[in-house]
Amino acid sequence: MRSRPRPATDPVPVRHGERWARWLFIAPAAAYLLLFFGYPVVENVVMSFQRYTVTTFYTGDAPFVGLRNYAAILSSSRFPRTLLTTAVFTVGSVLGQFAVGLALALFFRRRFPLGGVLRSLLLLPWLLPLVASGTTWKWMLDPDTGVVNAVLRGLHLSSSGVPWLTGTSQALLSVVLVNVWVGVPFNTAILYGGLQDIPPHLYEAAKLDGAGSLASFRHITWPLLRPVVSVVLVLGAVYTVKVLDIILVVTGGGPADATGTIATQSYELSFRQFDFGRGAAMGNLLIVLSLVFAVLYLRADRRARTV
Amino acid sequence: MTSPARSSARRIAALLTGILLLVPAATGCGHNAGSGAAGGEVTAITALDYYTDESEHTQWGDLLTACGRTVGVRVEQTSVPGASLIPKVLQQASSRTLPDLLMLDNPDLQQIARTGALTPLDGYGIDADGFAQGIVSAGTYQGRVYGLAPNVSTVALIYNKDMLAEAGVAVPRTWDELKAAAAALTRPGRYGMAVDANATFEGTWQFLPFLWSNGGDERQLDTPQAAQALQLWVDLVKSGSMSKSVLNWTQADVHDQFVAGRTAMMINGPWRIPALEKDANLHWGVAPVPVPRLGQSPVTPLGGEVWAVPQNPSKARQEKAARVLSCLNSPSNMLTLAQEHHTVPSRTSVAAQHAEENPSTAAFARSVAAARARTSELGTEWPKAATGIYTAIQSALTGEQTPEEALSHAQQTATGH
Repeated sequence: MRSRPRPATDPVPVRHGERWARWLFIAPAAAYLLLFFGYPVVENVVMSFQRYTVTTFYTGDAPFVGLRNYAAILSSSRFPRTLLTTAVFTVGSVLGQFAVGLALALFFRRRFPLGGVLRSLLLLPWLLPLVASGTTWKWMLDPDTGVVNAVLRGLHLSSSGVPWLTGTSQALLSVVLVNVWVGVPFNTAILYGGLQDIPPHLYEAAKLDGAGSLASFRHITWPLLRPVVSVVLVLGAVYTVKVLDIILVVTGGGPADATGTIATQSYELSFRQFDFGRGAAMGNLLIVLSLVFAVLYLRADRRARTV
Repeated sequence: MTSPARSSARRIAALLTGILLLVPAATGCGHNAGSGAAGGEVTAITALDYYTDESEHTQWGDLLTACGRTVGVRVEQTSVPGASLIPKVLQQASSRTLPDLLMLDNPDLQQIARTGALTPLDGYGIDADGFAQGIVSAGTYQGRVYGLAPNVSTVALIYNKDMLAEAGVAVPRTWDELKAAAAALTRPGRYGMAVDANATFEGTWQFLPFLWSNGGDERQLDTPQAAQALQLWVDLVKSGSMSKSVLNWTQADVHDQFVAGRTAMMINGPWRIPALEKDANLHWGVAPVPVPRLGQSPVTPLGGEVWAVPQNPSKARQEKAARVLSCLNSPSNMLTLAQEHHTVPSRTSVAAQHAEENPSTAAFARSVAAARARTSELGTEWPKAATGIYTAIQSALTGEQTPEEALSHAQQTATGH
């Protein structure tokens, strides 16, 4: 059947069929995207313009309220603080992850025994379920019984211990630290890959010219790594701005709302107060923020490819 | 190049058409099966609750089975974790797959009744005569009873007898005694007192006995009475008698601290008693929650789960479910449940009988008589006030705001829209 030679037909229907085929090849991916990304996003946008409450689930009755949900969340006295917390959490996490990730990537570029094993062990935090590692961190950071404070007391660095989870500013620092720990493997892996692409002969030439390690980092490593750096930073920001699980497990958004970000607020509005309209509005705000970073990513990525 | 493209295009088109035909067929089938079962004789009904703990799940399962047998149906029990119950109910409400018999935590009942998903119990000839006032008001929405609880509970002060004896401290009855006792009981590695001040409704629930016993009210939170109650908690934390970690503790965490000997006293409920009894070396006692001044009786929040009959196209199934509900709430089953779970029967006459037979938990029984339902004043507006209260607790205990500032903020949250 397959070997049967096809009779020659006129070119128009053939081209027509080819176009059909092209669409059919796209169809599965397009259907998937529409069903699992398009539909929820559209539904979420619609929901954010409705008074969508517990009653709605039974009666299906969700009156249109225009921009009232957005007005309510934006004018709420909590909102400026939530926005600031989100910004501090994101910037702190991304910079921390990047700094540690870059240091580790530079370290592992040198060849030494067991270097490969250590580098793969470094990926562990990334492989652990976040709820498990978050719970462990919560235990370790417990102000009374946690190992972190026990060490600090043992070393006489602090007599009463640091209120890691019970002080408002310390709690924010704690979730940032945990998130940095979670994000370091990703940063190290990508930056290490970027470093491997830098031709070694450039360093040899620099050495001959008398450049020290600092000078060769400044004039060779950094400029050639820049495109990868911007990709890592932008992706890190997208991953961090939406973090929910770590915060929920480690601090639950508390104490006194000190670690409440847009993501945890959206969760709380929808699934604790069952105010799905406002929760959706908060969620859409998060989507817009992520979208801004996504556009930045696409630009950074294009630059990375052209270099 | 053209021929394979064309034939594969055809194959994919055939496949897609197949899928499109299959999907409605599959969903259609589901509908047929459902309506078919509803038509004939009712031999089984479904029940949904949040009793996932092993012993509790089995005890309730056995009771549901026994009650089902008396009305000639098999009861298929499903239990989901507490936090997933409401999301599950909402899901089932929108897909019209609610169980025939539904258990709800009592402060949630009015909100679910408001959706129209539940049926009033008077339609099945069930009334709430002889039930304690608190639980009836929690089960009532717009003047009609939608849910009834066979047994109720509340919180009390649970203390470690050995630690109190060793420190020479009497069981505290007033707030001042509580502060003094907690300070005297505090040692390195051990706190005098523990509560749940979590940023959840559980934190609010533990604060209510202090708020209400002092004359505070959820309708008006920015009052001196409320501020004094919150100041008590702040003082306990500031003096070091209570860990600042109470900000993150759930009731289960508070219990763990008590069992581990890290706290000498705690606020908790009778559902902890089976776990407390497991440790033979732990000698514990129960006393009413301390009150502001000697001689006052504490006003505590009413805990307990109500059972309701959701809307259902089949009247026959609803009748059966209502008869099982009525059986669960019979005096003899109330006594069994109270015995098993260390709770209090919700019929006042049965409660009196139970208290006589069980002097060890009499503190809970006395408190339940005066217990107030969380939704009795605000109804479906309660969650907003509750949110305001736990936010105020958190702000005051972290030192972000004074109790007065925190509570005036809470009042805004409670009345805001």
